[in-house]
Amino acid sequence: MSDVVRLEYRNVTMRFAATGNRGVLTAVQGVSFSVRDGEVVSLIGPSGCGKSTLLNIGSGLTAPSEGTAFVDGERVAGPNAHVAFMLQKDLLLPWRTVAENVMFGVEIQGVAAAERRQRAQALLENFSLAEFSNHYPHQLSGGMRQRVALARTLAVDPHVLLLDEPFSAVDAQTRMVLQRDLAQTLKLAGKTALLITHDLAEAVTLSDRVLVMSRRPGAIIDEIVIDMAERDNPIARRHDPKVNDYVARLMDRLDIGHASLEQPAAGGGA
Amino acid sequence: MSGDARSAQMRKGTAASAALFVVFLVAWQWGPGLLGIPSFIVPPLSAVAAEFVHALKFDHLMLHTGVTVAEVLAGFILGSLLGAFAGYMLGMSPVAELALSPYILALQIAPKVAFAPLFILWMGFTVYPKILVAILIVFFPVMVNVLTAVRTVDPDLINLARAFKATRAQIFWKIEFPTSMPPMFAGLRIGATLAVVGVVVGELVGGNVGLGYLLTFGEGQANTPLVFVSIVMLTVVGAIAYLGVILVERRVLHYLPTRAIGGNL
Repeated sequence: MSDVVRLEYRNVTMRFAATGNRGVLTAVQGVSFSVRDGEVVSLIGPSGCGKSTLLNIGSGLTAPSEGTAFVDGERVAGPNAHVAFMLQKDLLLPWRTVAENVMFGVEIQGVAAAERRQRAQALLENFSLAEFSNHYPHQLSGGMRQRVALARTLAVDPHVLLLDEPFSAVDAQTRMVLQRDLAQTLKLAGKTALLITHDLAEAVTLSDRVLVMSRRPGAIIDEIVIDMAERDNPIARRHDPKVNDYVARLMDRLDIGHASLEQPAAGGGA
Repeated sequence: MSGDARSAQMRKGTAASAALFVVFLVAWQWGPGLLGIPSFIVPPLSAVAAEFVHALKFDHLMLHTGVTVAEVLAGFILGSLLGAFAGYMLGMSPVAELALSPYILALQIAPKVAFAPLFILWMGFTVYPKILVAILIVFFPVMVNVLTAVRTVDPDLINLARAFKATRAQIFWKIEFPTSMPPMFAGLRIGATLAVVGVVVGELVGGNVGLGYLLTFGEGQANTPLVFVSIVMLTVVGAIAYLGVILVERRVLHYLPTRAIGGNL
């Protein structure tokens, strides 16, 4: 990890025209933070606090109402090749084989065919999916599909990965395996990542830092540095009792004990 | 269900289907006689078969069939292409869809076969009015299905492509077009059978060639067996058109689980 800043949000505010009643809805209010090279930072907060909005701004899909996002020191003005995102939905294309799905991004970016195949093959071997490279998505389990999605994200060799609840749709045990794969891959490749999650233990075991967001309008209300070893091994981290302390602290910050179900604390299958 | 159990079930189904067909043929041959139905109302199978051979020799049955097939093919292909094109255009332009939707709805509600006499007035006793009716009738199911498919593409998929810096053309060819394939084929299947309806109505209304014409010719002569022969041939033409679409669909949509592509047709 170096001190080079890979991803930065500077005073980002996002407003939407509210549906139904006329008016303006502020999703995110004055958010500033930065993620250094090789760092993994998690964003947690109640549903609707604008976490996904921040991710869309970082990937250049939406422009903020105020403030600026920077990737590698450059202002984000639209989608750019240094950032790749991954969602809870695997978004695999059913008419493409596993290998073709992995190549989707590099194909759009115009990487030569031989190079694409080579990258896909290497990634699939890494994720023990090589024997499935000619299968179609419907033939795979949910965990495998999500792994293919991760391979597709990595295939474009991004500097920054934006991950929006990537594992919340798979079962608890598969999730732990996927978390381990992700952690190892991020460490090995030295990738920078911003992870949005509702799973507090996931945030603690995978990250170097956790940022806590408030209810809408979302603002960052706390930053917790995870002072634990083995960021590349979340399963080992889970055995460490310190995880419980961090989770307890996050619960307090999120005020989960007093949250009403009017605004569910966890959504999206988490 | 295991593969063995399923194939055993399929064998049973096929056998029952074949048995039913034999029962149907037997009932057709001897049923009318037993029930005292005169043969000018329901001619027995043998009479229809004899008429079939007679029509082959003396009534240019193959010529009539060929003309109908050609009209169905032309109408189906042109109607599908136009329908798909319109579906993509409207799907990608909400403004155009809003502007045109009342007219499209009106045209869709209007019974297309009612245009047949009008087209014959315009184009005479040629093949063109028949093809035009078929085009009109095939157009809508294909267009509506393609339009809906393009409209309902998962926006996250589009965003995924955009995040990879896809151009508008890339988004169309890599996402929207393939996504629209399964619904488009559902529309093509409907279109394949409707094309026959369109062509036959056109032939019934005017002209001196085609199976629809043969049908009215047989009717005029009170030749019930010839009417039956025409109906059977039309059914065969429709069935072949439908099967043709299914065969292409299986090739194009090979990536879907087999049961998703009308496993039993």
